[in-house]
Amino acid sequence: MFISFIAKQQAQRPNRRKPTRAARALTALIGGLILLVVTFILSLLYGAVHVHFSTVWQSFTNDQMLTANQQIIRNIRIPRAIGAALVGALLAASGAVMQGMTRNPLASPSLMGVSSGASLVMVCTLVFAPQASVLSLMLCSFVGAGIGALLVFGIALFSRGGVSPIKLVLAGMAVTAFLNACTSTIAIRFNVARDLSFWYAGGVSGVQWLHVQLLIPVAAIGIILALMISRSINALSLGEETAKGLGERTLLVKTIAILAVLLMTGAAVSAAGAVGFIGLIVPHITRFLIGGDYRWLLPCSAVFGAVLLVGADLGARMLNPPFETPIGVVTALIGVPFFLYLSRHAAGGMRR
Amino acid sequence: MIAKKRVLSVTLGMVCVIGVTLIISLNTGYLRIAPIDVLRVLIGKGSPQDALVLIQFRLPRMVIALFIGAGMAVSGALLQGITQNDLADPGILGINSGAGLAVVFYIYMVQGQASALSGLSLFLMPFSALFGAALAALLIYALAWQHGVTPLRLILSGIGVNAALMALITIIQLRMDPKDFMQATIWLSGSIWGTDWPYVLAVLPWMLILIPLATFKARTLNILALGDAMASGLGVAVTRERTLFLGIAVALAGASVSVGGGIAFLGLIVPHLVRRIIGRRHEILIPLSALMGACLLLIADTLGRTIWAPAEVPVGLVVSAIGAPYFIYLLFREKI
Repeated sequence: MFISFIAKQQAQRPNRRKPTRAARALTALIGGLILLVVTFILSLLYGAVHVHFSTVWQSFTNDQMLTANQQIIRNIRIPRAIGAALVGALLAASGAVMQGMTRNPLASPSLMGVSSGASLVMVCTLVFAPQASVLSLMLCSFVGAGIGALLVFGIALFSRGGVSPIKLVLAGMAVTAFLNACTSTIAIRFNVARDLSFWYAGGVSGVQWLHVQLLIPVAAIGIILALMISRSINALSLGEETAKGLGERTLLVKTIAILAVLLMTGAAVSAAGAVGFIGLIVPHITRFLIGGDYRWLLPCSAVFGAVLLVGADLGARMLNPPFETPIGVVTALIGVPFFLYLSRHAAGGMRR
Repeated sequence: MIAKKRVLSVTLGMVCVIGVTLIISLNTGYLRIAPIDVLRVLIGKGSPQDALVLIQFRLPRMVIALFIGAGMAVSGALLQGITQNDLADPGILGINSGAGLAVVFYIYMVQGQASALSGLSLFLMPFSALFGAALAALLIYALAWQHGVTPLRLILSGIGVNAALMALITIIQLRMDPKDFMQATIWLSGSIWGTDWPYVLAVLPWMLILIPLATFKARTLNILALGDAMASGLGVAVTRERTLFLGIAVALAGASVSVGGGIAFLGLIVPHLVRRIIGRRHEILIPLSALMGACLLLIADTLGRTIWAPAEVPVGLVVSAIGAPYFIYLLFREKI
């Protein structure tokens, strides 16, 4: 009966129409999730030590007497892969929110002062307390991320005329430049530029279960917030006036959006350092594929970001074992050709 | 009329600031030279040692700083006008990353050779930077071309190519030994390399021809800002004009980067500063941006040379450190 229904439909429209936007987005979302599962499993299996699939299974089922490989899987690779997926998803989703809210294709979460604040605190820690532990480093970078974001938001808030997306972007640009200049000056002066550059390039190699436990609640809150306002971001991306005309409370929406971006980026940066490009590129890639509806764009961006970062992490381990290539580099090398191809051939685009 | 008065006073103010900074800058540095001796040298009666320091070392460097400050700022103003995007800077056309990759690659290739960065190889560095910048800009333009170039496609392909180039820079940098790494970091942060009269002569024609040309054509840029449909309705050949402006911007920024390193932030912030002061009309914006850029870079270079003398702080960092707070102050004051 179903088949006959389809046949009837096709008979009514002899020239096949393109699938609707929602169908396309749903396909992309499901495809992305399948791809995520595949890359996730691959990233458990491959690395400096190749592990057989049965070992992975046993590391779950076997409760006592873990072999070395099972321990690697359980205590290193699983948290690392989960961390990569979360960080990728968070950065991509907050990039999408930023671009929609500010209506600027160059906006990215790194403009919120988060990464640059974290870098500055990191370089100070490297210079003045080189023996700091992993946990205190993570805490430091979270504090730094908060300081950077507070600066940007505070400047926009206390200036005359109040918060507007364009002002937020400009303040972010200035604060980012200022903090980065301080960071570079200290790094050059005290000769820690090289240590810092590994952190700059970002990486999920240090992610442990502790990080994951801290990441998950923050990530959940941030993503739920973002999804809640995705409809309103659609309206905002048409312009402030239009959004008001459509009955949106724009100030409330913007505040929630900023809060969501802060939570998501702050968590991601404190776990994985300044992983660049994902927040900028993934939302564009997603927009090329499924169009500019933020109700679909946000979840799809999150899934694609997760896929890209898990894949990039795998690549970072495989390229030059046992050394690790900085993950930001691998992300760019995988993402950019795809991005450039889509920007020439896809139909979707930024509404401007 | 009031606007005209304001423009005039701002112009005069900046010329004065440049003049004062020139004098201060001439007599500070590793060797202190009293203002009176500076004057003596300038009228040709100083001691040979002072004359050597001033004429051969300090003056060319300051002239270069003025030129590349102006060039970078105008290039930024043009690019923000063409793309109608407040976040655009010469970096978006790959100027920084292209030049950066070329220079980092160059440093990497000559590493290990004794006195690698003296003499001929030091002289070749600006050329490799110029070459890299031009190549990156061409690549971005070619990728954005599809029956003409729209601002959005230009920005998008710029994002992509920049990301790839930066990744390559990181790869090469991490393979360097610490000394070369530091040198590459300093170059990427922006520092003035070419401090000889030949470099001044090499940069001079670009600035003298292109900045007036940009000012002369500024009204077209005003019309382009109305949108493609409106502009072509008003009789502007949109694609041709846009390509021309892009060409000017790339040439200015390329010439600046080749002797000044990665100082794209100057191109980002100066047009914003000037716009806050005198508004959006490009025929005023462009020449004032040139002045302001020259002024800011000269101050930054003087500070960078003297704060931790004899060590130098890369001038690009000083530009950020003094430009950003001023910009934030302006943001505070003004409604957008």
